Amino acid sequence: MATAMTLEPITASIRFGYGPRPGDSMPPDAAAWLRGQLDRPDPLANGPGPTAVQGLEALHADRLDRKRKLKPDRVRRLFLAENRAIGEHLVDTPMPFRERLVWFWFNHFTVSLKRPFVAAVLGDYVRTAIRPHVNGRFEDMLLAVMRHPAMLLYLDNAQSFGPDSIAGRRRHRGLNENLARECLELHTLTPAAGYTQADVTNFAKILTGWSIASPALLARGAPAFRFYPAAHEPGTPLLMGQRFPPGEAGGVAALRFIANHPSTYRALATRLAIHFIADVPPPASVARLEHVLATTRGHLGSAAQALIDDPAAAIPLTKLRTPADYVVAATRALALPPRRRFPVLPAMAALGEPLFAAPLPNGWPDTAADWAAGEAMMRRVDWSYDLAARAERHDPVAVADAVLGPLLSPATRMAVQRAGSRRDGLALLLASPEFMRR
Amino acid sequence: MITAPPSFRLTRRAALLGLGGAVALGPASLALAAAPTDRRLVVILLRGALDGLSAVVPYGDHALATWRTALLTGRPGQPGGPLDLGGFYGLHPALGGMHTLYAAGELLPVHAIAGAWRVRSHFEAQDFLEMGDGDQRIDSGWLNRVAGALPRPVHGDNAIAIGATVPLILRGQAHAGSWLPENFRPPATSLYEQIAALNRHDPVTGPALADGLRERGFIASMQGDGRGPGRFAFAALARVAGRMLAAADGPRLAAMELGGWDTHVAQVARLRYPLTQLDQGLIALKQGLGAAWAHTAVLAVTEFGRTVRENGTGGTDHGTATVAFLAGGAVAGGKVRADWPGLAQHRLFENRDLAPTAELRALCKGVLAQHLGLDQAALLRVFPGSGGVTAMAGLIRPDA
Repeated sequence: MATAMTLEPITASIRFGYGPRPGDSMPPDAAAWLRGQLDRPDPLANGPGPTAVQGLEALHADRLDRKRKLKPDRVRRLFLAENRAIGEHLVDTPMPFRERLVWFWFNHFTVSLKRPFVAAVLGDYVRTAIRPHVNGRFEDMLLAVMRHPAMLLYLDNAQSFGPDSIAGRRRHRGLNENLARECLELHTLTPAAGYTQADVTNFAKILTGWSIASPALLARGAPAFRFYPAAHEPGTPLLMGQRFPPGEAGGVAALRFIANHPSTYRALATRLAIHFIADVPPPASVARLEHVLATTRGHLGSAAQALIDDPAAAIPLTKLRTPADYVVAATRALALPPRRRFPVLPAMAALGEPLFAAPLPNGWPDTAADWAAGEAMMRRVDWSYDLAARAERHDPVAVADAVLGPLLSPATRMAVQRAGSRRDGLALLLASPEFMRR
Repeated sequence: MITAPPSFRLTRRAALLGLGGAVALGPASLALAAAPTDRRLVVILLRGALDGLSAVVPYGDHALATWRTALLTGRPGQPGGPLDLGGFYGLHPALGGMHTLYAAGELLPVHAIAGAWRVRSHFEAQDFLEMGDGDQRIDSGWLNRVAGALPRPVHGDNAIAIGATVPLILRGQAHAGSWLPENFRPPATSLYEQIAALNRHDPVTGPALADGLRERGFIASMQGDGRGPGRFAFAALARVAGRMLAAADGPRLAAMELGGWDTHVAQVARLRYPLTQLDQGLIALKQGLGAAWAHTAVLAVTEFGRTVRENGTGGTDHGTATVAFLAGGAVAGGKVRADWPGLAQHRLFENRDLAPTAELRALCKGVLAQHLGLDQAALLRVFPGSGGVTAMAGLIRPDA
């Protein structure tokens, strides 16, 4: 294999995207094609859609309806529309690498419908907190996430009060350390950094007052995020040996500090390499990413570029597609128009990975050991068999050649060719070991 | 037929032929060999950290009311108050079914218990809970190692995960299946066979698909009326799990998972739902098991407890000791097992948590020894490095 070090277009399309659609012309220079997706702006970043303020207003209106014994459905309708748009964009995006990065970072900063009010602001969260920063600085993404109502509500910080703050004393309310703990553990430092319970408690104090505007303030045109000085714990508690100014500025400074901590860079490098390279990535891949993050002050676009340039990106695909990736890849492979597809988000749920309902704040797992179980694989087979029924006019062999190209094994090609029906042929292709990989 | 048993694994036929004594199982092997398939063990992982002080309320400890106000729902006998367990502890009012089990001597709450770990991260602690250790990582789950220590059934697996994937507690060398009710119209059997053949040599998808096919085949006869249970209703899953375990050739070990315990906010309202699920799940498991309930132990465990004090949002944060439940017809229940540490301020662990006075491995080892007949050597394989942890005695009825 003289070309072992060259990133093949088909490998690039599957490793960094959701695989090709039949009829896509493969870009001759895979690395340039990927780089182009980093350089262009994401049309959906800060794009149109219900804002966080509109979402919160819908949430309040629904609550009033419930009190009046009416059936509230504003949030539900808003969320279903977001769901549909997100699903269609995943399948049809002209920038699949960019989209993979968006959903990687969304999963890194998981918010989940396990707390149902998240539905009201989830779309805005992806548009304004995640998308604009995918090729920007990690500290900016972290700040945007931590100030967004979705995260402030999901991990309870909107209701955390400094016990010695004015409001805390008057209302006998106190700290909730949920967001502070998960931010240190999952979003930034990880326990490898060696922080203590005192750091968690102090970080929670630093973040007191970070909340969302009340319905009355929203009605007067206030933005969704609001810092309440009266709920903020006075003082300058110590976090990882550092002190930060009191007030809102202290939280901003603390977040910028932990965002650029070496332990954070190491954790992000590891996660990126596991997601895009291999379940057990080569140490050199992790080290490269870590170096890039450290020398660019956490520039995520540069880290994404380093992934493209990593020689390990050209090696054969070993990762198992997660259910969510599988649904998008299969829907793309059959080139179904929107009205003939299965709705993408419900399909992910049926295959075991409801994208917006992760059980815990660490999001969905990413390795074969997590997904290669009997029942989970059977669900893929059954679902893709149903999907194949919607594409029965396709020539299965042509589809197989188009979506797997040189990665299609002779055994799979022969099985597809000899299948008893077009539908069976497509189902065999989608259930083949090479289609399960990314 | 005897598939090269490594050290202490022996096939059911070998056991039936009386070969058990030839394998280094110790005295317990005889009981095992005589009735290799009688005993059932179900482990329910309560993910998210259950507040033990709300599930089994030590209302007799006067210090409780100094730490908690909004979280206390009254005294026993009052509406919404705990269901009394004999004068000091009371069960959460959502646990009515478990209260009935307790009255029948089939429920043993074990209080002030914690794992050997002292981390307050859900994810690290759940890993330790499932690996069966407190300070080092093991690449398999402890229930999987139990499966390795038991005789294999003639068909299928010793152990099954009730869910779409196999949780860490059941991952490892011994084979374990996974199962969830299907909700799709399936393709023809021949297509499944072709797909299995296409994947046969793949190290990842091959074994997974082979498992899936086998589990489905195994299940087809279980559902009887053809109507699967509701998709995510824990009680419905538990009922079918009970039926699978009751089958003569069914698995003997099962792992289930139930979440919703991470009650940082509005705990009184939020805890009711998962507690109801647990309560109904245990009753459904009993119904599904039928007569086999008499030979069953169910262990419900969580990764750690929650702070003794209420936090500022009507909830509790991550803590240390909590309660574990042992239930089943084989269990010597009807009492609360605890060396109660007390809730006075100087008794709290790190001035915030219920202090642990018992270790989870001691409870697990006691169940494995008395219920499944594992000997000392096997227990040390299941929980490496636990030589200093004495198995709890008196967990299982002597006549069970």
